[in-house]
Amino acid sequence: MVASDMTNALSVRGLVKRFGPKTAVDDLSFEVATGEVLGFLGPNGAGKSTTMKMICGFLAPSVGTAVICGHDVLENPIAAKRSFGYLPEGAPAYPDMTTIGFLDFIAGIRGYNGTERRERVTAAIAKTRLEEVIHQPIETLSKGFKRRVGLAQALLHDPAVLILDEPTDGLDPNQKFEVRKLIKAMAATKAIVISTHILEEVDAVCSRAMIIARGRILADDTPEGLRGLSASRNLDDVFREVTANA
Amino acid sequence: MRNVGLIMRRELRGYFATPLAYIFIVIFLALAGALTFFVGGLLQRGQADLQPFFTFHPWLYLFLVPALSMRLWAEERRTGTIELFLTLPITMSEAVIAKFLAAWAFTAIAVILTFPLWITVNLLGNPDNGVILASYVGSLLMAGAFLAVGSMISATTKNQVIAFVVTTAALFVFALAGSDAVLEAFRGWAPAIVVDLIAGFGFLTHFQSIARGVIDLRDAIFFGSVIVLALFANALIVDLKKAD
Repeated sequence: MVASDMTNALSVRGLVKRFGPKTAVDDLSFEVATGEVLGFLGPNGAGKSTTMKMICGFLAPSVGTAVICGHDVLENPIAAKRSFGYLPEGAPAYPDMTTIGFLDFIAGIRGYNGTERRERVTAAIAKTRLEEVIHQPIETLSKGFKRRVGLAQALLHDPAVLILDEPTDGLDPNQKFEVRKLIKAMAATKAIVISTHILEEVDAVCSRAMIIARGRILADDTPEGLRGLSASRNLDDVFREVTANA
Repeated sequence: MRNVGLIMRRELRGYFATPLAYIFIVIFLALAGALTFFVGGLLQRGQADLQPFFTFHPWLYLFLVPALSMRLWAEERRTGTIELFLTLPITMSEAVIAKFLAAWAFTAIAVILTFPLWITVNLLGNPDNGVILASYVGSLLMAGAFLAVGSMISATTKNQVIAFVVTTAALFVFALAGSDAVLEAFRGWAPAIVVDLIAGFGFLTHFQSIARGVIDLRDAIFFGSVIVLALFANALIVDLKKAD
């Protein structure tokens, strides 16, 4: 057990989430190692966001748990939460705060002080190219900038694990390109999970992809391996064929 | 503790980021002044004390506290920031206590800004400033109890208006629980112990001696217990309802 915690930055163990009679996530288990970018694919309502919320300790699983860098999110939530950065769906941020005020607050909560705090904020702003909007209230930002503020807060403490829920949703092609470049640049030193329903994203950034529907894993392979699942070798076809029978 | 300080400062700045803070303070001061002079007859009484001022505090808090507490959790849930907030490395108690303390600190700022009244009575006569200080402390203690109940109710909804209305109604019930009008309705049929229990929950009953400048330990414990209980329930509600 300990050995697997060391090699795998993120370990999801038998996660189940039931909402009343409905089972949103049905016994999901997988491991993500450092250096991997796992694409989490699935139709809307497949349980992608619910799974991410459980990994990050926002939702309590009905059964199972997630272990981040050796810290069980249920038994040791604070240590687990220190080890990951999380971009929730829609990139929520306090609308009345300025970009820099918000990131400074996050840096404080992440335990940084003084010079190091300022450096962390500056580095996060530089990585996500937020320089021109640092003094603007977040509510006045465009969708692209808002998403980047969300990314900036997620990677501010240089976490070993990044959980990004639809990081490029609603962005224009240029912004998507920028965000993907950023993810690729960080990929070597982190374990990254991104959820998406944009299949081109898999080719663009993922080293591995998982198709889930109705809370179950239907396929788990490299993008190249996934292509082999359909005669046409087209990811759209693979997605349709795999999820059709779910 | 460090996290409590950071979150509290963020929340306090949140009040001042919108006109709400200034509107609140202006209306609080205007109402407090008007009630004290025109309804309470501070100048006609011929006594140098602030009793008419403090007597109206529960009624001011009844409408103004819900305006402060309504956003504490409802706003986080509406904007979705609750998901960000509660996946940061902070504990639930830090989150609940920090938000409550921010609202309480804001109320303290508003209450302290009534100091010109204190100067007025000191210019006009020789009031017992110890009594006035005790009344201020007691008043803030009661405001804390009101705020804790309001924060708890704010955690149950995404809608700030609902939080406001429900909090006002709940505080009204708490305020009047000890009054004869309410107790009379129960005396006819309920056992004496139930009537005593309801009377014991009356905020006004517990505030009466405080307004006269006497902080009875029992009243202080009562308001303190309300704060602790309401915040405990607040944490449970956030935990159960955060994902709805």
